[in-house]
Parts: sequence; structure tokens; C-alpha cells
Amino acid sequence: MTYERPIFKEKYDNFIAGEWISPTDGNYFENTSPIDNKSMGMIAQSNRKDIELAVEAGWQAFESWGKTSTTERSAVLSKIADVMEANLEKLAVIESWDNGKAVRETLNADLPLAIDHFRYFASVIRAESGSITDLDSNTVSMEVHEPLGVVAQIIPWNFPLLMMAWKVAPAIAAGNAVVLKPAEQTPVSVMEWAELIKDVVPAGVINIVNGFGPEAGKPLATHPNIRKVGFTGETTTGRLIMQYAAENIIPVTLELGGKSPNVFFESVMDKDDAFLDKTIEGLVLFAFNQGEVCTCPSRALIQESIYDKFMEKCLKRIEAIKLGDPMETDTMMGAQASKDQFEKILHYIDIGKQEGAELLIGGDKFENPAHPDGFYVKPTVFKGHNKMRIFQEEIFGPVLSVATFKDEDEALEIANDTLYGLGAGVWSRDVHQLHKMSRGIEAGRIWANCYHLYPSHASFGGYKKSGIGRETHMMMLNNYRHTKNILQSFDKNALGFF
Amino acid sequence: MAYNRVAVTDKAKDLIDRLRKKHGELIFHQSGGCCDGSAPMCFAKGDMLLGSRDIKIGEIHGCPYYMAEDQFEYTKNTHTTIDITEGRGSSFSLEIPLGFRFMAISRLFTGEEAQDLLPIEYPE
Repeated sequence: MTYERPIFKEKYDNFIAGEWISPTDGNYFENTSPIDNKSMGMIAQSNRKDIELAVEAGWQAFESWGKTSTTERSAVLSKIADVMEANLEKLAVIESWDNGKAVRETLNADLPLAIDHFRYFASVIRAESGSITDLDSNTVSMEVHEPLGVVAQIIPWNFPLLMMAWKVAPAIAAGNAVVLKPAEQTPVSVMEWAELIKDVVPAGVINIVNGFGPEAGKPLATHPNIRKVGFTGETTTGRLIMQYAAENIIPVTLELGGKSPNVFFESVMDKDDAFLDKTIEGLVLFAFNQGEVCTCPSRALIQESIYDKFMEKCLKRIEAIKLGDPMETDTMMGAQASKDQFEKILHYIDIGKQEGAELLIGGDKFENPAHPDGFYVKPTVFKGHNKMRIFQEEIFGPVLSVATFKDEDEALEIANDTLYGLGAGVWSRDVHQLHKMSRGIEAGRIWANCYHLYPSHASFGGYKKSGIGRETHMMMLNNYRHTKNILQSFDKNALGFF
Repeated sequence: MAYNRVAVTDKAKDLIDRLRKKHGELIFHQSGGCCDGSAPMCFAKGDMLLGSRDIKIGEIHGCPYYMAEDQFEYTKNTHTTIDITEGRGSSFSLEIPLGFRFMAISRLFTGEEAQDLLPIEYPE
């Protein structure tokens, strides 16, 4: 089945206080699709003044939203999920045009996961409590939760709607109002989403401002009236976000990527069964979302005793990856998200070749007959060693770097020899080995005998330079609220000091 | 003569001149991590707080070029040329509103260069 190119609006204004508001200075920028490098309409090029309006709208909405019952908030989140579900196909197709990814993924992963995220937070806030302690016969200590206020959220371009859901759902579930800035490469799907949910969310609870980082992102991150910043992106901007947060003394949550190891032990080849098949897919998942995933399993570490046979099977599976029109439901890989990203990936492929890594497959752009002007890269695999740049720097493309190891100790050493620690995969039929590796790898998410699963009720976040804080799971709620202690005395008598 | 670790193309120089006219003195800091990671970020001098482990690997067109020390460990054998491409990064880098993105293009140092490189500088 092939989906049609959707009809986009001529221009997209900001979504502030429940209304479509033109950017104050009247400027717009052109949004092109990486699928065909053609225009998808004009997007508000906002600045400090627009950020002011959005933050103000957030505080106005917060006055009542921050005090609503969890019953009401839960109902709003559920309605958002329902509206998204009723429009799943529409949103999936738009998401695909915005980002370039194959519609097969947006239909089956991005949208269902985003919808579930709203349902999950709608559910958990109903079943949560604070705590109460009798400190002595006359003193009761109550720990209650209160929202922070207006929070800033700056989201990336690799999963525009899902990353919006990961950030917005817990923030508003906790009673905050948000000012969201989508990435400038993928600004449109979130605006189409806003159009759909406009009538089910109280005005001003969700405000969305588009624009460029230095013009709109920075004024948002430095605004004195925001109470938290959530950011997903790279390390230099992550540091700036922390620096700006230091000026206002507010907390941050940062998710800054990784160079995730995917470790394959020899026992996976003990049988030719369904599990071996799953394991092979586990390696090939580096190509999921064209490799533009913070947890992309971009370093495959394979036990040397099985390397030849295992790799042969994997390469066959990689050869079978179907590139083509992202709008066809059997296309497995779509376009890279932007021209500069496309060039960066090709450049890293060149670095890999220069460093002497052995190219096993791919290694070039893909001339897509369906869309000759889009940005497509063939799934690429290099064999090399862990000190090479292609093993240490996040390429954010469909490029896998493979190395071998002798034993568990060496596997662990290579796995942890990285600046990052976001995700990791471990594959083995030996549960003791699985556990030892899972505990030994310094990363926030270990996939043991699986990869790229993102359930709402499982925490996600980084060790080392991969960031600070966690996303998903109900623990996320505490990243978006204060704990207030109310110490209630029932004693009539003075302390006796004065 | 000692060799530079970092160079700049004429197109990138023109863009630096345009930005300097608007924002004053500039610095570059090479990023790491996801999304726009590994890209050079251009900021007004003083905007980014440089730390004791940000090393200056060279200068391009009058702008110091920095990188985190641990990242440099992996790139120290490669020469970097700063170029530009049309595109739209998402970060706070100053060139983004102009529709361009600075890019870092690398090649391995030749044997001769590797023997005689200008020293890196740690912040004072």
C-alpha cells in the first residue's frame, strides 16, 4: 500500500493559549521534507517576544490547571490519546513526511507508543499517593506533590511526536503547563497534532513555539519564569542548557545520546532456532529509524568464535533491507532527516574508510528512484576496533561498527570504553552471563535478549555523558514536581526555648 | 613549520564574517552525542562558559576552536576543515537562522604533519 503526500497548510503559526498566533515579527521559514526536498509550508520563525507570550499564557493556564484534580487531568490525557488514535494514520503519514522515516515505522511504532504514553500517565496519576508519617503522638508529617509551574521543553527531530509525548505527557499529568519548542527540521507534525487536540486541552496548558535555536530556543531556555528545562539533543547544547539553568537555579533533564554497544555471545549460535533469528534482527536494528535513534545499537561486539558465521547471517538480513518510497508500507528504511545530517553521515563513512575500517556492506548514498532529490543512505557496516572514530562518535545514521571480543571481560571492557552510557544490548542463552553483563555495562537501559523496546513503564536515561535524569516510567513525575512537606503539630504546648 | 589541526574554507570564512558583523567576537565548540552531535557550534564569545577541560585545538579565521578534552582523545589523529552546507541544524549555533550549517570535515594527518603539529592549548 502507498500513502499519498498529505496536503499541508500554507503556513503554521504558533500555538499559544489555545489559539493560532502569528509570530510577533511576522517572519516564517520554509519547511522542506527530507523525502523529496520539497516544501511543506511555512513555519513561524519566532523570537524572544513570542516566547514571552507563550510563557505568560502558560502561567495563566497554570493558575487553574495546577489545581485540577488528578481525575480531571487524567481525563484530559486520555482524550488526547483517543484523538491521536482516531487520527493515527493521518499523523503517521505527516510524521513520515516531516522526518523522512518510513511510514511502516510511524504506523507501528511512533504513533502507538506516543498514544500509549498519554494513556500511561493518565492512568498512573490516578493510583498514586503522597505519604504520611506519625512522627510522634502529636506530630504528623505529610509529603505532598505540587507541580513546578511552567516548564520549557526542547525536543529533537528524530521522533518528533513520540519525543513530544515523552516530555509533554508527564509534565501536564503532574499539573504543569508547558512551552514546547519542536526541532526546526521537523516542526510540522506537532502543529498538526495541536490542531487535533486543541479542543480537548484547556487553553494555555500546552503552548508550542517554533523557530531557530539561537532566536527562540535560547530565550526559552534562559527565561526567568520557567521552572524547569527538558532537552534532548547533543552535548554542547546540553551544557548550555545547564549553564542557563544555573542562572535561574532550576532543574534540567538532559538526554544527550550515546554510542550503544550490542553484545553477542557465542551461545546465540548454539541452535538454529527462533531465538537466533531474533538475535540477528537484534543486530540489524541499527538500521531502525535510519539509525537516527539516541540508543541506536551502533557498536556490535561479537564473540570471535562465532564472528564469521554469525556475521554472514546478519549481512544477508541487512542485504534484504528494502529502501524505497517511505510512503510504501513495505519500505523498511526512509530518508535521513535533513541535508546536513545526510552529509554528516556520508562524511563519517569516509572517515571510517580513511581510518582503515573494513567496509562489509553499503558505504554510500542510496539513489532513490521514487525520490531522487531526497536524502537516503544505504545501511552500512564496518569492521574495525573500538578506538576508531566511527566507534566513538555518534553518527546518527544507518552505520554499524563491528568489533570482536574473546571473553566476557573483554566484552565488558569494550562495551564501557565510551564517553556515553544510554543503551546497550546483550544477547546470550546463558542467564548468568546475561545478568553479569547487564549489571556490568554502564548505561541507563540494558536490553537483555531484546533491543529497541520502549514501554512506558520502564525508565529511560543516561549514564556518563548521555545525560541527566530519566524519562518514561512514573518516576518521571517527580522530575516535574516539587515535594512539599507539611509538618502538622497537634501539640498545644510551646517548645520551651523562649 | 608546525601544522594546524584545523582549517577553514573560504565559504565558511564568509559566513563567519557575516556572523561577526552581527554578534561580535565568536568562538567554536565541537559538540558530541545525538542529533546534531559532532557538529561545530558557533557562539558569541562569552556566551558559552568554557571549562578547564575544554581545549583549544586551533583557530579558524580569528575564532578559537574548542572541543571537550575526552572527545579530542578520539579525534587527535585527524585534521579538521570547517566548511558549510545548506541545511538546518537544531542547536543554538548562530548560523542556523541564515539557512546554513557549519560542518567538520576530517582527514587523517600525513606522517609529516603528525610529527610537527601546533600544540593544543588548555584554558588559562
